Amino acid sequence: MAFASPHITATAVEATEFPDLARKYQVSGVPKTVVNEEVEILGALPEAAFIEQALSSPRQ
Amino acid sequence: MSLLSAADQQKLREAFDRMTRSVRLLFFSQAIGCETCGETRQILDELRGLSDRISVEEINLVLEGDKAKQYGVDRAPAIAIAYESGSSEPGGSGESSGSGGSSEASSTGDGRMSDTMKDSRIRFLGAPSGWEFVSLVQAVLLAGGRESALSAASLDRLRAVDRPITMQVFTTPT
Repeated sequence: MAFASPHITATAVEATEFPDLARKYQVSGVPKTVVNEEVEILGALPEAAFIEQALSSPRQ
Repeated sequence: MSLLSAADQQKLREAFDRMTRSVRLLFFSQAIGCETCGETRQILDELRGLSDRISVEEINLVLEGDKAKQYGVDRAPAIAIAYESGSSEPGGSGESSGSGGSSEASSTGDGRMSDTMKDSRIRFLGAPSGWEFVSLVQAVLLAGGRESALSAASLDRLRAVDRPITMQVFTTPT
């Protein structure tokens, strides 16, 4: 997704190496995606649904 | 000792051979308090050894803080993926996108980052082992010119994005 839009940045975070981040975003299962610090997507979704949810985030 | 088996190395070599663009892995490290920087360095060194199109630039998070800031990196180990921007631009970053300057991996004047390298805006935080390694390889291939795995409809949707979106995907190695 980041590669398809110049406005999107995507970071894969290894949760066990950064427990502070995992705590901050209340990661209790993986994969968990946090968009603009607000929208949370748990698990894997079908592509279209995932993109809809990710783009539903409010402006930062 | 190599982390990758001979068979895996061969498979990766063949996949990387199809890359049409050079890819640079910007490895943000720090000398103290980075338990997995050594492992990350070894993984990246092995990747680099599998293709002439893959290069690695190690950046000290502390000593080269400006560069880390440019890529929005504040922890180590972290990897940012940049790629050679040629005439064949990947989808979404065409001239009409009117993107802000933030996505350009422009040279900061230190001469180490070529002007022609672009930031893919794909990052990895933590050692890229386990499943993360698979993701890293996929990201390298994508930056290296492979077509996106997303549907045409998804790509259209993403090209219409006109505001900053930051995604963090939390994973574990197994």
